[in-house]
Amino acid sequence: MILTKAQYDEIAQCLVSVPPTRQSLRKLKQRFPSQSQATLLSIFSQEYQKHIKRTHAKHHTSEAIESYYQRYLNGVGKNGAAPVLLELANEVDYAPSLMARIILERFLQEHEETPPSKSVINSMLRDPSQIPDGVLANQVYQSPSLICLQCVVNDCCYGPLVDCIKHAIGHEHEVLLRDLLLEKNLSFLDEDQLRAKGYDKTPDFILQVPVAVEGHIIHWIESKASFGDECSHHAYLHDQFWSYWNRFGPGLVIYWYGFIQELDCNRDRGILLKACFPTDIVTLCHGVA
Amino acid sequence: MAAVLESLLREEVSVAAAVRWIARSAQSSEDDPGEAAALSPLRPLRKEFVPFLLNFLREQSSRVLPQGPPTPAKAPGSSAALPGRPGGPPRGSRGARSQLFPPTQLPSPAAEVPSARRGGRRRGPGPARERGGRGPAGLEEGAGGEGLPWAASRRPRGSGSPGSPSLARSDPPNLSNLEEFPPVGSVPLGPAGRTKPSRRINPTPVSEERSLSKPKTCFTSPPINCVPSSQPSVLDTSPWGHGLPPGCRSLQEEREMLRKERSKQLQQSPTPACPTPESGSPLPSRIGNLTAEPADPAGVSSHRRLELVALIYSSCLAENLVPNLFLELFFILQLLTARRMVAVKDSDLEPSPGALDSLESPLFQSVHDCVFFAVQVLEHQFQVLSCLDKGTLKLLAENERLLCFSPALQGRLQAAYESSVAKVSLAMPPSAQAVSFQPETDNRANFSSDRAFHTFKKQRDVFYEVLREWEDHHEQPGWDFEKGLGSRIRAMMGQLSAACSHSHFVRLFQKQLLQMCQSPGGAGGPVLGEAPDVLSMLGADKLGRLRRLQERLVAPQSSGGPCPPPTFPGCQGFFRDFILSASSFQFNQHLMDSLSLKIRELNGLALPQPEPSDEDGESDVDWQGERRQFAVVLLSLRLLAKFLGFVAFLPYRGPEPPPTRELQDSILALRSQVPPALDVLALLQQGLRARRAVLTVPWLVEFLSLADHIVPMLDYYRSVFTLLLHLHRSLVLSKEGEGEMCFLNKLLLLAVLGWLFQIPTVPEDLFFLEEGQLEAFEVDTVASEHGLDGMPVVDQHLLYTCCPYIGELRKLLASWVSGSSARSGGFVRKITPTTTTSLGAQPPRTTQGLQAQLAQAFFHNQPPSLRRTVEFVAERIGSNCVKHIKATLVADLVRQAESLLQEQLVMQGQEGGDPAQLLESLCSQLCPHGAQALTQGREFCQKKSPGAVRALLPEETPAAVLSSAEHIAVGLATEKACAWLSANITALIRREVKAAVSRLLRAQGPEPAARGERRGCSRACEHHAPLPSHLISEIKDVLSLAAGPRDPEEGVSPEHLEQLLGQLGQMLQCRQFLCPPAEQHLAKCSVELASLLGPPAQHQLDRGQARRLLHMLLSLWKDNFQVPVPLQLLLSPRNVGLLADTRPREWDLLLFLLRELVEKGLMGQTEIEACLGSLREAQWPGDFSEELATLFNLFLAEPHVPEPQLRACELVQPNRGTVLAQS
Repeated sequence: MILTKAQYDEIAQCLVSVPPTRQSLRKLKQRFPSQSQATLLSIFSQEYQKHIKRTHAKHHTSEAIESYYQRYLNGVGKNGAAPVLLELANEVDYAPSLMARIILERFLQEHEETPPSKSVINSMLRDPSQIPDGVLANQVYQSPSLICLQCVVNDCCYGPLVDCIKHAIGHEHEVLLRDLLLEKNLSFLDEDQLRAKGYDKTPDFILQVPVAVEGHIIHWIESKASFGDECSHHAYLHDQFWSYWNRFGPGLVIYWYGFIQELDCNRDRGILLKACFPTDIVTLCHGVA
Repeated sequence: MAAVLESLLREEVSVAAAVRWIARSAQSSEDDPGEAAALSPLRPLRKEFVPFLLNFLREQSSRVLPQGPPTPAKAPGSSAALPGRPGGPPRGSRGARSQLFPPTQLPSPAAEVPSARRGGRRRGPGPARERGGRGPAGLEEGAGGEGLPWAASRRPRGSGSPGSPSLARSDPPNLSNLEEFPPVGSVPLGPAGRTKPSRRINPTPVSEERSLSKPKTCFTSPPINCVPSSQPSVLDTSPWGHGLPPGCRSLQEEREMLRKERSKQLQQSPTPACPTPESGSPLPSRIGNLTAEPADPAGVSSHRRLELVALIYSSCLAENLVPNLFLELFFILQLLTARRMVAVKDSDLEPSPGALDSLESPLFQSVHDCVFFAVQVLEHQFQVLSCLDKGTLKLLAENERLLCFSPALQGRLQAAYESSVAKVSLAMPPSAQAVSFQPETDNRANFSSDRAFHTFKKQRDVFYEVLREWEDHHEQPGWDFEKGLGSRIRAMMGQLSAACSHSHFVRLFQKQLLQMCQSPGGAGGPVLGEAPDVLSMLGADKLGRLRRLQERLVAPQSSGGPCPPPTFPGCQGFFRDFILSASSFQFNQHLMDSLSLKIRELNGLALPQPEPSDEDGESDVDWQGERRQFAVVLLSLRLLAKFLGFVAFLPYRGPEPPPTRELQDSILALRSQVPPALDVLALLQQGLRARRAVLTVPWLVEFLSLADHIVPMLDYYRSVFTLLLHLHRSLVLSKEGEGEMCFLNKLLLLAVLGWLFQIPTVPEDLFFLEEGQLEAFEVDTVASEHGLDGMPVVDQHLLYTCCPYIGELRKLLASWVSGSSARSGGFVRKITPTTTTSLGAQPPRTTQGLQAQLAQAFFHNQPPSLRRTVEFVAERIGSNCVKHIKATLVADLVRQAESLLQEQLVMQGQEGGDPAQLLESLCSQLCPHGAQALTQGREFCQKKSPGAVRALLPEETPAAVLSSAEHIAVGLATEKACAWLSANITALIRREVKAAVSRLLRAQGPEPAARGERRGCSRACEHHAPLPSHLISEIKDVLSLAAGPRDPEEGVSPEHLEQLLGQLGQMLQCRQFLCPPAEQHLAKCSVELASLLGPPAQHQLDRGQARRLLHMLLSLWKDNFQVPVPLQLLLSPRNVGLLADTRPREWDLLLFLLRELVEKGLMGQTEIEACLGSLREAQWPGDFSEELATLFNLFLAEPHVPEPQLRACELVQPNRGTVLAQS
């Protein structure tokens, strides 16, 4: 799953302006059958997030918000069961979950005295049934809560459920890694232990006794249950990997869903990339013959 | 002065007497009355003799050797005007060149001033200017870019030399002036102001290329960033005459022809006793201009005269009357390797037999004379030579001239070479390792606030980011530290608001400095692009040689001659530039504090004492380690002191000394009030008294080398210099015996002090002025007989590491070899630094009470290693004890605190109450238990110490000694641990409890389920259940299908749903990969799923399937979920509304669900009632409200629905009618 930059670009090229729906994902899998689903989803998600970051601002002008809200109101009034917001989001090329957030915020502004706080909005998106519907029961399909739910469950790149899935995947791989370390008899300190000791930056695991992987000494291992593309890798380098190096010396990053080959260029400087748990581990030998 | 020399030459005065006369002010009884009489009238001039002698020799060699500069006329009789005050006379006189030690207050000839200004007086820009002004020429990593002011030449005053002959001035084009005649391919130098020639004596470049040199670069270093003139081989790839003005070429050619002719004649002469170096030279065309004239003992003009001068000169060297021993050696080697002599223009320079004894005729009339003189001196200096590195010895031993002039010396050198121990460097490649994070000093508890903690976290990362960027870029042409990193550094420093953050950052900075730069080899090594030693590569195959030479031409040699100015090579440059760019007053102050503290700590470190009883190999092993430790400490100290000097004198450093006396006086008055950054005088005195000069002086020299011009004039530092001068004089190498310093120790001190005396900021008269006061120098060393000075702590490796400029001797010899013959030779192993070992802190000593005295006495007669072992064990066990108490007693108390807190929280409900109060009450309950710590600590030390001592001491240690050692170790460890515990245990418990409480209270909030260990599948489980992320993803898909929109072919089959719920059950049982947030989301999704199951219009589900699925869900909720399941969502208006949206409405599933919830205890009756109650408040269509009311009544009416009735409910086709009917 280590892709060359060219391979990666080919995939990324196919993802321009594709809505984040399960249908899109299905098509992508057909297009690149040799890649694993998880890798494709990870790339898709990252590319889509880049796209959203670029276009985020234009969806948040007051004119845009007002026009979206009017279209929502019109749509709700007109057609009983049509997925109003989903269609709107796809049409303006924006993430459904984020569109739901825009509308919900605007909706609450109209219905509550005080403008809603961010945490209230987040909590409502996590649990749409908290949304004060104020709609009659026979129009339940136009109730904001159901519309929001619809947006959230139909978005494969954004939203609380997606966040939770990502978090769960991350956790699962940490557990997996921990088991592998235990299996190899490599003693380590995990993030929680490090935090309890007051470390200011905590990789997933610090090895209590360093080992060598493919000839490189490593002191720590970070598990990343995503694909390592340029953008995310550089952000991780800046926020995490170099910080770990600054404190604990060289280490290993495992991108379980692969990475762009060209990014593995800091080996000699102390950041080693792998797409799986390494097999070539050399440990310190105790006792001399 | 000349009179003295003349009387010596006439043998009216013996050399011994003369030396005594010079060295001592008072007449000694040994003196022959006649000699004394001859010398006594000259007494006032006594101190001027040495400068005169040195000037005389330089002059003589310059006159005879073509490379020598024409010497300007000296002002006669100026010696009377002794400089009363250092720095008093205008410094402009320094600009006079070609005179080693110019007479005082000699007004420079007007014509000289411009060139002096240009070459010599241009000082390096001050720090402020340096930042902005560092140009693309890349000065900084070279020898001269450190922004220190360097004057051109070094000339102590006081040499009147009234009788010295005045010599003809000539002004030929200066080929060695590399500004005017740059070598081929060399990087063009910056503007003239950028060149910062050292003003030190640069030995005569003995090569033909220099034959037309003019004063500017003779005896003064060439511009530092140019190829040093002492390496003629560097130029040898350039075609002959390249760059010569056209008019000069013919003259040069003429001379060349003449020389060849002479050389031919000499070779044909009947006395070819020694092999001529150029014979068999394979590269005649290139060698042609390099061939050295053969030297022949038979050609020596005046043996006796040369012998006498050599003797007096050697005696001065032996008595340390010259400022810099190695500089003189360099000079001597230059004479030895003089290639040829320039045709003497004037016939009057021909030796006239009658004048031989006087100074009227030149001392060196030929190469033969030079070589003879050099060999004479070298014979006297054999002891020093034998300590040089193997490469130098080899080159010396293989030197044909030396063999020819003194086979005996050659034999001794050969023997010395053979017995010299090859030094194998165990150096690790230096790499930029980061300073590791240590929770004890770096965690939150060490910071005043969260903000400070997080700011520092960011700063650490910025610091390394900057460092990495510097590593990547600093060698790129055009990259500028300040431009590239300055603003980022200042932004980072700007965030350091609290004093405590400054100290944290300074600690990081200092540790990183030590880590990266301690390894000396220019503190950088190959990684950082240190220029390879080209001369040592010469002699390899010609192609490689040529290529490297070409490389050399574009990259100037890094060395700065035998007296290079202080530099910040390699990584040190980063730290220097960082300090400059940061330009933060607070940072500098904290850095100075920290550096001073560390210097004091290391300087006072108890270093290895010898074990007199041990003579076998075992002690040798110890000794190796101890020597290494000494080297590590010494090198660390030097580095720290250099930076301390840099920072401490930074505010005062300026390009020039003050221009007027008045200004200088006012500056002195001001500065004398400023206390020194570090009391170096006291440390020096202590060091001398404790016989630790070998440790203290080298770092002190580093510190002083970065002082500004005013510093040596301040009384305080003047005293320091005086002491150093006294020390320098006392280090007579030939003295050996009890109480004397070891030879290499002395040599190290002579080398570093000699180097210091050449630093431009040190007044040139200092060395010669102070001698009058020398008698008083008596160091009281009674206190310590076994000081470091008397121990062989310095080895050759350390000597070369500290004084890389000694290697210039080797380079000089190597260049001779490479120039004189193409045979392989001159290969010199490059000295690389040893690695460092970590420093242990000095074990704390407790000296209280009789017991302690007894313990001291016990150690007194034991080998020192025993004491170290015991102290080490005590220190470690004591420290471990504290850790153990933390991990056991304190951890227990924290657990108690947690359970107490839980109880309180349960009692008081979720709010808990004021955290501060809670903490107080907990602490008041728990802290008294801290008293147990002392008992437990004592037990721990009692239990652990003896074993450790036993393991570390030799097996053969007598039982009584062993048991005493164990006993003392237990006592010391207990003392250490208990002292700490009794002072800190309460605070420690408070801190830990507080941390636990806040952790607990935080966890109390939104996710109470996150607490506790919940991963609880059976041991047999192989964790094959589907992953939580997969299930969330699947359920999300189902929900998205249920919520729509969906394609016509899409749908959810009951089988799929059943399978999904089955997997969910498996996963919830395994839990291996489950984390609380995922479980919470799954719980919520399962409720959403249930509510979307309800409306039958959504699916192809029949009622039975729906009910089966609901059953599965109910059992999951009841048995498998360990987080609260938000079941009340089932009765949210939206979900009930979904039900209402279908026609006919179907209530039985809902009723079934409600009853099951109650039955399984998942929801209480009252809870459901409350939900239903609030449902009725929502706005519903009229008929829906009615039906809801009916359902509500129905549910209330049948609180404990028995199974059969449910069945009945199921059997009846549920429609509005029936439901109502049942009510």
